[in-house]
Amino acid sequence: MTDPNTPSAGPETLFGLEEMELNFGPQHPATHGVLRLKVRVDGERIVDTYPIVGYLHRGTEKLFELHPFFQNVPHTDRMDYVAAATNNLAYVGAVERLTGIVVPPRARYIRTLLSELQRLSSHLLWLATHAIDIGAMTPFFYTFREREIILDLFEEYCGARLTLNCMRPGGQPYDLTVGWTERCAEFIDDFPSKIDDYEGLLTENRIWKKRTVGVGMLPPEVAMAYGVTGPMLRGSGVQWDLRKAIPYEAYDEVDFDVPVFYNCDTYDRYLVRMEEMRQSTRIVAQCLEKLPEGPIMAKRPRVLKGPKESEVYFGIEGPKGEIGFYIVGDGSPNPYRCRVRPPSFLNLQVLPEMVKGQLVADLVAVIGTTDIVLGEIDR
Amino acid sequence: MPRFLEAIEDVVGATIFYFAVSPLLKIAAALVVVLTTIAYLTLAERKILGFIQARVGPNRVGPWGLFQPIADVAKLLVKEDIVPQRAIKWAFVLGPCLVVGPALVILAVIPFGPPSDVTGGMGWHIADVNVALLFVLAMATIGVYGLILGGWGSNNKFSLLGGLRSAAQMISYEVPQGLSLVVPLLMAGTMSLNGIVQAQHDQHVWYVFNYWGLGLAAFFVYFVAGVAESNRNPFDLPEAESELVAGFHTEYSGMRFALFFLGEYANMIVISAVAVTLFLGGWLPPFANQSWAGFLSLSFLPAGLAGFFWFFLKLIAFLFVYIWFRGTFPRYRFDQLMALGWKWLLPMALATIMLTGLVKVL
Repeated sequence: MTDPNTPSAGPETLFGLEEMELNFGPQHPATHGVLRLKVRVDGERIVDTYPIVGYLHRGTEKLFELHPFFQNVPHTDRMDYVAAATNNLAYVGAVERLTGIVVPPRARYIRTLLSELQRLSSHLLWLATHAIDIGAMTPFFYTFREREIILDLFEEYCGARLTLNCMRPGGQPYDLTVGWTERCAEFIDDFPSKIDDYEGLLTENRIWKKRTVGVGMLPPEVAMAYGVTGPMLRGSGVQWDLRKAIPYEAYDEVDFDVPVFYNCDTYDRYLVRMEEMRQSTRIVAQCLEKLPEGPIMAKRPRVLKGPKESEVYFGIEGPKGEIGFYIVGDGSPNPYRCRVRPPSFLNLQVLPEMVKGQLVADLVAVIGTTDIVLGEIDR
Repeated sequence: MPRFLEAIEDVVGATIFYFAVSPLLKIAAALVVVLTTIAYLTLAERKILGFIQARVGPNRVGPWGLFQPIADVAKLLVKEDIVPQRAIKWAFVLGPCLVVGPALVILAVIPFGPPSDVTGGMGWHIADVNVALLFVLAMATIGVYGLILGGWGSNNKFSLLGGLRSAAQMISYEVPQGLSLVVPLLMAGTMSLNGIVQAQHDQHVWYVFNYWGLGLAAFFVYFVAGVAESNRNPFDLPEAESELVAGFHTEYSGMRFALFFLGEYANMIVISAVAVTLFLGGWLPPFANQSWAGFLSLSFLPAGLAGFFWFFLKLIAFLFVYIWFRGTFPRYRFDQLMALGWKWLLPMALATIMLTGLVKVL
C-alpha cells in the first residue's frame, strides 16, 4: 500500500505513459455513500487503490459513553442504517450479557424474526445497488417493491422503517400487533417466487456472469487474514456463520442451512446472498410457526448499571458479517467504553487486494459485492 | 404533385425549385418527423421501462405524460450552459455538434417511402446517392469523434476515460458492422439504398430471410454493432453512469448535454432505419408476394403513405428492442466488448460475406 500523500510520479510503463490518479468519490454514484477511493490507473487497469474513510464520522462510539445503556439503542440504528435491527440486537445482546439479564423466549423469537427480515431487506438493497452498478437497471425496482413490504412490516411493529430502535436490553419494547404474523407469513410465502424473478434476470445471464465470474478474487487465506466475515467469507469457501457457530437468540431452535460457495469471486458472493435470502425466509417461517406465548420483557432494574470492571464482547451474524459490541462497564449507568466491530469496515479493508490489476468497471462491481454501508464504517 | 408545390414552382422557376426549394422542404419534413420521433422516443422509453420495471413512468405533464418531452426540451433550453474553466473550449463545443450532426445527415439518404405523386414521382428521400451505403458508414463513424473530443475537451478524468473507451471500442464494432453491410450489397448489387429496397421488392424477399440464414447472420452482426455504436445498453460503456458518472458528458449541461442526448437517440433511429432499409425491406409491406396478404399494402391510403407507414412500424419495432435491452441487460466491460467484436462478430461477418459470395456465384 502506497502512502496517498506521496506525489504519484508513477513508474514509467509501456510506451513511457504515466499512470493517472483517479479520485473516486466521495460524490460518486457507485460508492454507496461517501466512500472515497484514490485509484491509480494505467489506462483503465487499476494499479493501486487507497480507500479514504471518515466522511460520515459522527463520533458514535464516544456518544455511547455519554448516554445510559437504554438510551444508546438509537445510536446503533444509525450505524448500518439499512440493517438497524441487527445492530440493535448486537448492542442489546452485549448489554444483556454484561448485566446478566436473561431474555424471555417470546422476545428471543421476535428478535430472530426481526433480524431475518432485516437480513432480507439488507440483501435486497444490496442486490438492487449491485445490479445497477453492473448496469442492470430493472432488478432495482423489483427488489425495492419487496423491500417496501418488509419496511411496512417494520413500521407496523415499531413505527419506524429504517432507524428501527426496536429492541431494548432485557427484551422487546412491544408485542407483535394483531394480524402482523399473518401479514408476515403472507409475504414470506410469496417471497421465494420473487427471488426466482431476480435470479431469472441475473443468475444465468451471460453478461452478468461475464461481469462477475472471476472478478474480485478473494482467496480464503486473504479473507481470514483481513478479518472478512459474512457472505464475503462464505463466498470464499469458509464455512463460518455465527448463527450456527455460536448460536444466539432462537437460532439453535430453527432449522436452516448456511450456503457456502468456493470460487471466491463476485459471482459466488452473489450466489451466497441469494441463497441466504431463501434460508432467511425459511427461518422467518419457522419463527412464525414456533412463536411462543409469554412475556416479552425480562425483569430488570429501572436503571441498568454495568458492573464494576466488567467487560463483554458479543457479536452476531449481521447481513454484512459479524457485527459485534465490546462494552466496558464501570459501575455507572453509562458504558465506560463501547467499541464496535463493524463488518463493513473490515470487509472494505480487503478491497485494494481484490481490485488490484482489474479494470475500473470491476472496481464498481467489487464495491458492490463488498456490500458496505458508510454509516457503519465511519460511525 | 400537390397544387401548392406547383404554384411555388411557377413562381421561382423549375431550376430553383428542383435544386433549392424542393430539397429544403424535404429536409424540413424529415427533420420535423425525426425530431418529433426522438422527443416521443424518450417518453416511450420511460413509459416502456416503467412497464418493465413495475412502475408508472412520467404521468404529470399532460395526459399520460404526453407533454413531458416538450417540458424537458424547454427545461434544457433555459438551463445555464456551463463550460468548465479548464476545458479545451473548441473541443468541448465541437463534441456535441459532431455527435448530433452526422447522425441527422444520414437521414438524407434513407428512403422513407416509395415514389409517389406527393413527392413529384420521386422516392421519399432527400437524396438518392448511388454510394449511399458508403455515405452511411462514413457519417456514422464521425459521431464517435464527438464523444472522444467531448470527453477529452472536458478536462475531467472520468470524461477522458469515457472518451478513451469510445475510441477503443470504435474500431472493434465498426469493422464487423461495415463488413456486415457488404452482405445486402452483394445480394442487391447496388449501393443505393433506394436500389436495395427496390431489389428486395423485385426479388420478393427481405434480405434478413435471404440465402438460408446468411442474411440473418449479417443482420445480427449489424444490429449488435449498431447497439454498440449508439452507446446503448448493454454497450453503454462510454457513459456508464455507475462507473464513469456519465463518462464523456459529465461536464456538459443545458443544451449541449441535450445535443449529446439527441445524438444518441438520433443514432438509434438512424441505425434502425438503415437496418430496416437493408434487411427488412424498407417501405415494402410484409408478405407482398402473397395474394392473401394484399390488404397489407394498404391501397386505401394515398400512394407513398402506406410505404411510410410500414417503414415507420418496422422502425418502431427496432426502437422497442433497444428499450427492451435497456430494461433487461447488465453492461459489458469494454475489453469484453472488444473481444466480442474481434472474436465473434468479425469472423462471423467475414464468413457470411464469403458464403454469400459463394451462393451468389453459384
